[in-house]
Amino acid sequence: MSFSHRPINPADLFKDAALAALMALILALPLIGFRSVAEGGQLALTTRFDWVGIGVAGVFLGRLVLVYASSFWPPSGANFALAEAVREGMSRYVMALAGMGLLLALLLPFLPFSSRYVIDVATGLLIYIMLGWGLNIVVGLAGLLDLGYVAFYAMGAYSYALLALQFDLSFWICLPLAGLFAGLLGIVLGFPVLRLRGDYLAIVTLGFGEIIRIILLNWYEITGGPDGLSGIPRPSFFGLPFKPTTGEHEISAFHQAFGLEFSGLHRVIFLYYLILCLALITNFFTLRLRKLPLGRAWEALREDEIASRSLGINPRNTKLTAFGIGATFGGLAGAFFATRQGFISPESFTFVESATILAIVVLGGMGSQIGVVVAAALLILLPEFGRELEEFRMLVFGAAMVLIMAWRPRGLLANREPTLRLHRRDRRGGEPR
Amino acid sequence: MSAAHLSGGAPPLLNVEHLSMRFGGLLAVDDLSFQAGAREITAIIGPNGAGKTTVFNCITGFYRPDVGRVTLNTDRGPRYLERLEGFRIARAGVVRTFQNIRLFANMSVLENLLVAQHNHLMRASLFSIAGLLGWCRYRRAEKAAVALACRWLERIGLMDKADWDAGRLAYGDQRRLEIARAMCAQPKLLCLDEPAAGLNPRESMALSELLQSLRDEEGIALLLIEHDMGVVMQISQHIIVLDYGRKIAEGSPRAIRSDAAVIRAYLGENGTQPLPPEVMEDVGQS
Repeated sequence: MSFSHRPINPADLFKDAALAALMALILALPLIGFRSVAEGGQLALTTRFDWVGIGVAGVFLGRLVLVYASSFWPPSGANFALAEAVREGMSRYVMALAGMGLLLALLLPFLPFSSRYVIDVATGLLIYIMLGWGLNIVVGLAGLLDLGYVAFYAMGAYSYALLALQFDLSFWICLPLAGLFAGLLGIVLGFPVLRLRGDYLAIVTLGFGEIIRIILLNWYEITGGPDGLSGIPRPSFFGLPFKPTTGEHEISAFHQAFGLEFSGLHRVIFLYYLILCLALITNFFTLRLRKLPLGRAWEALREDEIASRSLGINPRNTKLTAFGIGATFGGLAGAFFATRQGFISPESFTFVESATILAIVVLGGMGSQIGVVVAAALLILLPEFGRELEEFRMLVFGAAMVLIMAWRPRGLLANREPTLRLHRRDRRGGEPR
Repeated sequence: MSAAHLSGGAPPLLNVEHLSMRFGGLLAVDDLSFQAGAREITAIIGPNGAGKTTVFNCITGFYRPDVGRVTLNTDRGPRYLERLEGFRIARAGVVRTFQNIRLFANMSVLENLLVAQHNHLMRASLFSIAGLLGWCRYRRAEKAAVALACRWLERIGLMDKADWDAGRLAYGDQRRLEIARAMCAQPKLLCLDEPAAGLNPRESMALSELLQSLRDEEGIALLLIEHDMGVVMQISQHIIVLDYGRKIAEGSPRAIRSDAAVIRAYLGENGTQPLPPEVMEDVGQS
């Protein structure tokens, strides 16, 4: 491989940078240049052309540096061996990372810095990780671009809420039922879209997601419409509720059973471990399925549906199982969401949620379980840390997405490990290429 | 047509009768009947656009023929392929390869061979339940599947590259892997769509040997579309020549080589004749 410097004509360099600056100017003039402010009850327009100037100059200089620097990078074909070596190294490094992450997750509530806020954020993050892992089955393994995954999340949440409110069933009965209903919905929705692929599938699933949300919004008698459902029962610790009690004689609450002082934190920690368990079950299930004939058939369908069919794989059933299993995990996450919040409304299940979950899967690297964790951490925690940045938060978020996609177009950890190896890994180092 | 090339009175493995397929105004396959015997290599040849691949697609369920019947005679009685969905045809015992190779490029070579054993493994894993629980019943089946895959890897000389992504293999290796993958699905009839396309003479020779060994050692029948006449004449017992969707000749390699109609078709002279009236009736037009 060669790192030879390809000389660039300075005139071309400046032309390129000027063009980029012009584009920035066209975009920045209306977006940044003018600003509407309220002045004594009236709307007035102020200008801030100085900002525009700074931005355009920044783009010009940035482009100059970028193009100049890129002339030192090796051509894309030459760094194949390097990329391969990085891939090999990374997969080892990633396993260590996963172990550390798991240990951190298990110990988190007892670490010195953890507060209620930290555990709450971690719980929220784990919901997205679980959703990401669930969607990874559909998008990453089976290759079905599903833009309406939030429908199953909503189905799980509403199933749980309605079962618990109307029939007074306990959390541990409602949870599998919610998963089951969401899975059934997945199969029902899966049927009509089986023949579709790629963009068409994405559009139809997007439509389904909206249909579910609109039904929730308008079926007032059942779902409470925009008012949502409130007073959803909180989970109990196998029958022991988390609540302060005055009765001294009998054990009727969690803290009594364990001889602890009542604390609101108990439930938060319990919820945290609950979602950690659910997420880990999702992960274990997916990792296991991937190595089974069903998982390989999903990946084969993603790679080439025609070839799969010619080998006797039933594309309909195989896709339906992917839809159904993915939806089940979405439903379980939804049930957890409902019991954690105690209140749900259609506003929690908008398209933005679907897009976020899909972004987690795509950014992480399709099919990569650890990639989902890393991407979820980036996507959910970055906005959390970036609260001080306020109006620039989404800008930073968007820029981060663009950068990741520019540098790693197949996702952060797009390293696919075969489900079964014939030779030991170390032999690969000496493979002739 | 005559089945004189078939020995004995047993029904042929594959029997294609009055097959027709129309795309808009184009009659791609026109009242084609032929048979392919067990443990034989049958080749379909013809100029470009003669409808060879369309015939393949009709047999393997990618197209549904407008008219005609495709019968596969198995141990458990005849199966009418034109009524079956594509994946059921593969389960019935007809597996194909593709003109433009269709491997699972991002899966390893070994995985490609395991996917081909999907149905068998799926049953062994009790539709994933036994597999999820890690029962020994499934683990045994998986071990056997890997062993079968290894046997084929050995045979096509890709043992060292078993863990490579299939997309990274050289072209000739990909061709052989696709054939091995089809064989792992344990077909009774293997349909090969231009297996020698893009191979150099040495690779073509090796391919001919491989195909002959499939016939002689594995005891399967092969149906072959091929432009490489060297390969076709060397290995096939029976040749069917198509031109403009119609069968213009059929017979042993020796007979085909000296057939006037075949020579006309290949040399580009106008060798077509009007359809006989009874055939027109069969096709449903008058």
